Amino acid sequence: MATRRGKTIITELKPKVIAFASAVGKKEGQGPLSKEFDEIYEDTTMGEDSWEKAESLYLKAAISKALAKSGLSKSDIDIICSGDLLNQCIGSSFGIRDFQLPFCGVYGACSTMALSLCMTSLMIETGAFTNCIAATSSHFCSAEKQFRKPLEYGGQRPPTAQWTVTGSGAVVLSKDGGRGVYIDKIHLGTIQDLGILDSNNMGAAMAPAAKKTIADFLSDTGTKPSDYDAIFTGDLGSVGSELLCELMLKEEGIDLGTVHKDCGLMIYDRETQDVHAGGSGCGCSGSVLCSHILSGMHKGKYRNILFIATGALMSTVSSLQGQTIPGIAHLVNFRKG
Amino acid sequence: MSISNEEYGRMAKRLSPNSPVVTDCIKAFIFGGSICAFAEGLNIAFSYTSMTQEESKALTMIILIAITAILTAFGVFDTIAKHAGAGTMVPITGFANSIVCSALEFQTEGRILGTAAQMFTIAGPVIVFGCSTAALYGLIIYLFGLY
Repeated sequence: MATRRGKTIITELKPKVIAFASAVGKKEGQGPLSKEFDEIYEDTTMGEDSWEKAESLYLKAAISKALAKSGLSKSDIDIICSGDLLNQCIGSSFGIRDFQLPFCGVYGACSTMALSLCMTSLMIETGAFTNCIAATSSHFCSAEKQFRKPLEYGGQRPPTAQWTVTGSGAVVLSKDGGRGVYIDKIHLGTIQDLGILDSNNMGAAMAPAAKKTIADFLSDTGTKPSDYDAIFTGDLGSVGSELLCELMLKEEGIDLGTVHKDCGLMIYDRETQDVHAGGSGCGCSGSVLCSHILSGMHKGKYRNILFIATGALMSTVSSLQGQTIPGIAHLVNFRKG
Repeated sequence: MSISNEEYGRMAKRLSPNSPVVTDCIKAFIFGGSICAFAEGLNIAFSYTSMTQEESKALTMIILIAITAILTAFGVFDTIAKHAGAGTMVPITGFANSIVCSALEFQTEGRILGTAAQMFTIAGPVIVFGCSTAALYGLIIYLFGLY
């Protein structure tokens, strides 16, 4: 049975990563990680008549690919745990509908990849589940439609705004098997809200949550940043990453140094791709984890990493009502045996 | 040590880059000015026809709205507006774009509850405050006319 130290959960069965896959859109496919994604779909409508349906197909593509790479059949999977940014998580529920498998929908905004990994790890730890899939998705167009303005609206984006990634990531976790990469520890984050109101500055809203989760985890485990090959945050972007490093140094006296990397800064080329402060969305950390990070672990480039997906837990209603933006960050410690 | 909201707000402000205001203003002036000059050109051209001034003003607006609608539908308007900013938003082009983009975006939810119901989500406040101000202005003129 898993044990707890502070807020950190140490797994006993060590859920194994037996396969993973990413499916992304055209813009992500033109970015620096283009060679590492499994599927790149040039047509971001996926041949569908709505952005919401297209997002579901990205999720379906990632899950199908991960399943194929795992060598397992659909009937071997005990549950799929997934979530997205759309109201009532329709990206996930409609994408998973056809699999005819038990489904656990989760919402953690852009932190969903880590949240679904935490949930599936705990499910495996109970002993009642053998093979689980953790997944997430986001789509630039469906997210713009829900949270901001219609796609063709003629407005200007401020320099702090981030670009929602069109893409999906899926991980097949299992009690046994794999190529040595496993989940050693998980840490469900605590909501942090330092009064940021600007929904065009998500990095600033989420940085305190990332800081809290990392600091709590390091304290629970008695480790320091240099003990890890890399500390990947989900989608803090350029502003949030700077704030995280400064907060960490100022409040905790911890220097993240060169160990810290941000998926939102890795997925696009900020110089040429017009994404302002970087990438965001569930699919940002999801697709970078399920390409660069986990393949790097399989190849032995990384042996001990922290993956911290960050989310902003506001809605359009809470923003219109003048509420500040609460941030959350969930952590997964992957190791290679 | 825990940071206060005010202190964090200042830190976030310091590390968040500002919009390039001077460049934005120059671009807005050039684009907005060009649109207005084009409209004035149309007005002058129409003055050589048998149209009244009222008719030529209306036709100018219709032409600007039509051009905006076509550019929005072909996905070009937002690319121009990204640079033009207030230059395309302040003239009637901004108003037309806000209606057409909403109508396009929500057509997947049907003609009635999608396109028709949602097309004024951005432009609605402009219409409400525009009509209210016109009514107030009309009332003031009426009251002054009594004396």
